[in-house]
This record gives sequence, structure tokens and C-alpha cells, in this order.
Amino acid sequence: MSALVVENLTVTFGRFRALDALSLAVDPGEIRAVIGPNGAGKTTLLDVISGITKPVSGRVLIGDGIDLTTRSEAEIAKAGIRRKFQKPSVFPALTIRENLEIGCGTGLSATERPARIAEILAETGLAPREHAQAGALAHGEKQWLEIGMVLASNPRIILLDEPVAGLSDSETERTAALIRSLRRLDRAILVIEHDMAFVEAIADRVTVLHEGRTLFEGSLHGARADSRVIEVFLGR
Amino acid sequence: MTGRAEILSTPSEAAPARPAAAWRRDPLLVGILVVIAAVCLGLVGLQPAPYLVNAIGQLAAFAILAVSLDLVWGYLGILSLGHGLFFAIGGYVCAMHLLAHAFAVTGVAPDFVQFMGWTALPAYWAGLTHAPYALALALGLAAAVAFVFGLASFRSRVNGVYFSIISQALVYVAMLLMFRNDTGLGGNNGMTGFPLLFGYPMGSAAVTTGLALAALGTLAAVLVGTRALVAGPIGRRMLACRDDETRLRTLGYGTTRLKLAIWCLSAMIAALAGVLYVPQVGIINPRVLSPDLSIEIAVWMAIGGIGRLGGAVIGAVAINALKFWLSAALPEAWPFILSGLVLVVVLALPNGLLDLATLRTRPTWLRGGAPR
Ligand SMILES: Nc1ncnc2c1ncn2[C@@H]1O[C@H](COP(=O)(O)OP(=O)(O)OP(=O)(O)O)[C@@H](O)[C@H]1O
Ligand SMILES: [Mg+2]
Repeated sequence: MSALVVENLTVTFGRFRALDALSLAVDPGEIRAVIGPNGAGKTTLLDVISGITKPVSGRVLIGDGIDLTTRSEAEIAKAGIRRKFQKPSVFPALTIRENLEIGCGTGLSATERPARIAEILAETGLAPREHAQAGALAHGEKQWLEIGMVLASNPRIILLDEPVAGLSDSETERTAALIRSLRRLDRAILVIEHDMAFVEAIADRVTVLHEGRTLFEGSLHGARADSRVIEVFLGR
Repeated sequence: MTGRAEILSTPSEAAPARPAAAWRRDPLLVGILVVIAAVCLGLVGLQPAPYLVNAIGQLAAFAILAVSLDLVWGYLGILSLGHGLFFAIGGYVCAMHLLAHAFAVTGVAPDFVQFMGWTALPAYWAGLTHAPYALALALGLAAAVAFVFGLASFRSRVNGVYFSIISQALVYVAMLLMFRNDTGLGGNNGMTGFPLLFGYPMGSAAVTTGLALAALGTLAAVLVGTRALVAGPIGRRMLACRDDETRLRTLGYGTTRLKLAIWCLSAMIAALAGVLYVPQVGIINPRVLSPDLSIEIAVWMAIGGIGRLGGAVIGAVAINALKFWLSAALPEAWPFILSGLVLVVVLALPNGLLDLATLRTRPTWLRGGAPR
């Protein structure tokens, strides 16, 4: 059974179709990359899954048959879904530690939190800076802090929108290693990224999105050989 | 996990702010509390002129009102341009209590009752002779109105400028309603001529001082209480909601309840300010519901500094003290002076008067403790 199923999803902004009857299924334990040119609808897809945008039609189902399109953002998060935004979204007025504490969500009790926060601080290498104000962090640190906030609650579905945008090569490598280490049989990970080397390093399969529709689904190798994919990427 | 060592070594560092002591870690607040204590001692020991005592008491009531707005504007990003409504609810209920009390003691019907040709107070005034009931009614009514308005707005995700405009419309509608003479609340003329407070003659030195002390004491309590709130886990969630509400929702927190709770708390604090204000100024009429007053509260805060609690107090006290002084000396000039002040502050001191302290000596406590 799939961990996350997107069925016939259509999203319109005025007369423009950002997603056009899009379908997609991610297996448990899988890391799926969604790639595609700017404006393809990648972020819109995550907006629907996380409850921020409501579709005109279609459903988003998770393991136990819950349709996410009828739920609020908070309910979706409580179902174990976390998302990293394209523009790093941390709370600037709070410290790194306080951000992670909020990232733990309502599922972890106050007594469980310190241990979990310590783990995340260690994994992300942010421990020495735990009392720094998030608003004053460098871009790379913000990206990592947000990834840490996403991981803190131990989510079963992780959605990452361009997690390595603006990171240096070494930071990108570390991020790839971190994401690979998150692979678990009961967890599905969906990553949007433009950096093909990064996609190659982490993804089991890729979905190529173009104008709100699936152009290709399969291995990255296969995508690179597909004539329509080549046309879309080179034709821009 | 490699984190085990840290788990053992960090808890003391990590201990979240203990609410009971939260105010102590805000030097600005400590300073203000010390000043409040000193003023209280001065009122009792030096017995200044009654008009000065009265002015100090009114300033304290305005400061409470400003703190109530800072709680929602500074910490939740909800700019209410209708907080005069909650202040007026407190003020009106307090005036009703004072009149009902005087009627019960002296047997002389209040002016507006005679004016309307009635012989008794309207039925819904029942019980208002009892001060605790009146206080509960003032706070409860403010909370109820805030709840209904907040629920409707926050659930349909009315935010930002739209919320501000609707809150302004609300206070305006309330003003039009209160201008009617048949509401049993004094209409156009409002309610005035309060002879007694708890049986003691209004205007006596003891009552004037008592009222000022009550207002100052309440201000101190409100500051300590709100500081404990904003320094704790709820306060962190408020700041998170202010800066990125969608982000907070997608982390599993329903923000409507948080906003609604703080919004109602803020309304109750504003009502408390109104309760303390009316016996000191001796009158309440629909003009407290005029949109300008509600906007002015935001101006005090913009001038004092937003999101620091102490800034709201400084702004409210500074502007109103200036207003007391100038409206006697140069009444026509006041609007121009106020506008000029706003321009200067907005252009030169984006964080309000609190910026002055950082400009000159840059004490670390003011820089480090950025808006929290
Ligand atoms: N709220 C909105 N209102 C109107 N149009 C929107 C809105 N959000 C997205 N769009 C449009 O929908 C299309 C898809 O946007 P989306 O952000 O999903 O693209 P993307 O694939 O994430 O692109 P990028 O790689 O640039 O991040 C774009 O043409 C965008 O302009
Ligand atoms: Mg995008």
C-alpha cells in the first residue's frame, strides 16, 4: 500500500491550471524527487498536501485512507506530515532551541522534548548555536534549522521544497547524507529540487512535472534519456 | 544517537523560562515596576496636590490600556483599531455601578433617569450595586464581545489590515448605538455625577489617592502577569504566530484558539483599564467610542515601542502626560503636535522611544533583548 497517494488533483488560480489532474503515489520507505521547470506546479503540490491550498478536484490520501484535502493544516500536521518551505520558514524572534521546541509539535510531551531537541541539535550540528536568534542566522543555518524543525516530531511523511537551494557544495553533500539517513520503512519522503546531482544522490525515483502534469516517472537515469523531458528542460 | 552526552549536560541550560520570575529578566520592566512602587510611596508619603494624584491615576489606567493592545499587536501581530470598545465596556459598567450605588444610598435618581422621565433604573441594571458583580460583568461582557467578534474573524481567517478596519467599524457602530438616548445608558450625555465610591465621597483626598493606588497596583500586576505569559511557552507560540501563522499551523498548532484566547484576555485587560479610568475622570460618554481614541492607543504604542510591554507604558504615559499639560496650555496645537511626534518617531526611531536608549549608550540589556 502506498504511503501517500495523490489522485486526479486539479488546482486553478483564476483560469490558470497550476495542477492538471495530477496523480502520484509514493511508497513507504521511498525517497521520491519531484523535478520540473519553474512554475511546473511543484510547490503547489506541496501546498495542497499540507492543506494550505484547497484543490478544485481530486484527493490526497495517506496510509489509513484519510483524505487530506478535507483537513486543516494543523490536522494534517498532527497526522504526521511535515513540510519544509521553499523560502526558509523559521520563526525569527525565537532562538534555535525554541524553534525546535515548537517543531516537536503537540505529539511529544514536555518531558520528552529536551531529549529530542538534543538529538536534533546534534544531527544538524546546530548545538553550539542553540541560543542564537533564528532571525540572525545565515541562509544555510536557516535551511538546516528548518529541516531540524521538520524532523523534530518524527514525521511519517516528509515534504522538502528545495532543501539545498543556496547551500554550498559541502553543505549540499551533508544535507544529502542527512536525508538518506532519514530513510525508514514506515516513512515516505518527497523532495523537490533543481540540483540534479543532489537528486541523483538521494532519490529512488523521480517524477518530472510540467505544466501541472506528470511528464515522466521512473529512475533519474530514465528521465535523462526521455525525449519529452529533454525537450522541456532544454527548450526553456 | 550521538546526542546522548548533550542530553545529560543541557537540561539546566534548557530549562524553559520559569513564569514566576519572568519579569525579573526584563530590566525595562523591572525599572518600570520600581518607578511604580516609588510613585505609590510618594502618593502616600508626600500627599501631592489632588489634581496631580488624579492625573497619575489616569495615566496608569491609560498605561494598562496600552499594555492590553501591546499583547495582541506586539506579540500576535493583530492590530486592533477598536480597543476603545472594550475600554468603554469597562467604563460604562463601572459608571452604572457608581450610579446604582449612589441611587441605593441617597435615593436620588441619576440625571438621565429623570431626563427620560423614568422613576427607576432599567431592569438590566439589577445587581449592579454590588461591586464584585459589576467587575465580573465588565470583564465578562468585554470577553464575550471579544469572543464573538474574534471567533467570526479568526475562523474565517480575517487578518492584517482587514481585521484592523473591521475592528474600527465595530467601535464606530458601538458609538452610534450609544448616542441613542433610549438605551438606558445616558445616550449622548453619557453618565456623570458620581457622588460616592464604596460609600465614601468622591473627590475626597482619600478616595482620589485610593483610586490612583488601585490603578498603579493593577498596572504593576498586569505587567507582571502579561510578562510571565509572553516569556513562557504560550508567548513563544504567540511570537511564532505573529511572524508566520501558516508555518505554525503546518507544525500542528491550531492558531485560532491561541489568537482567540489572547484576544479575549486583551479585551478584559482593556475593560479593567476602563473600570479604573471612569471613577477618576468622573464621566463616561459615547466619545470614548470614537474611532480617534482607538487609533490614538496605537499611536501611544508606536511612539513608546511595540512588543516590549514596557514600551507601551512609556508611550501611554509620555503622550498622555504631554496631552494633559498641552491641552491646558495650547489646546488647538495638540493634534499638530501629536502628528509631528508620530512623524518624528516613525522616521527616526522605528522602534519607538525605546530606540533612544540604544542610540546613546547602547546598554547590552536593551540590545540583546530584542523584541520579545
Ligand atoms: N497563489 C497563487 N496565485 C496565482 N498563481 C499562483 C499562485 N501560486 C502559484 N501560482 C502559479 O502557479 C504556477 C505553479 O507555481 P509553483 O510555485 O507551484 O511552481 P514551482 O514548480 O514550485 O516553481 P519553482 O521551481 O519556481 O519553485 C506558477 O505559474 C505560479 O505563478
Ligand atoms: Mg516552488
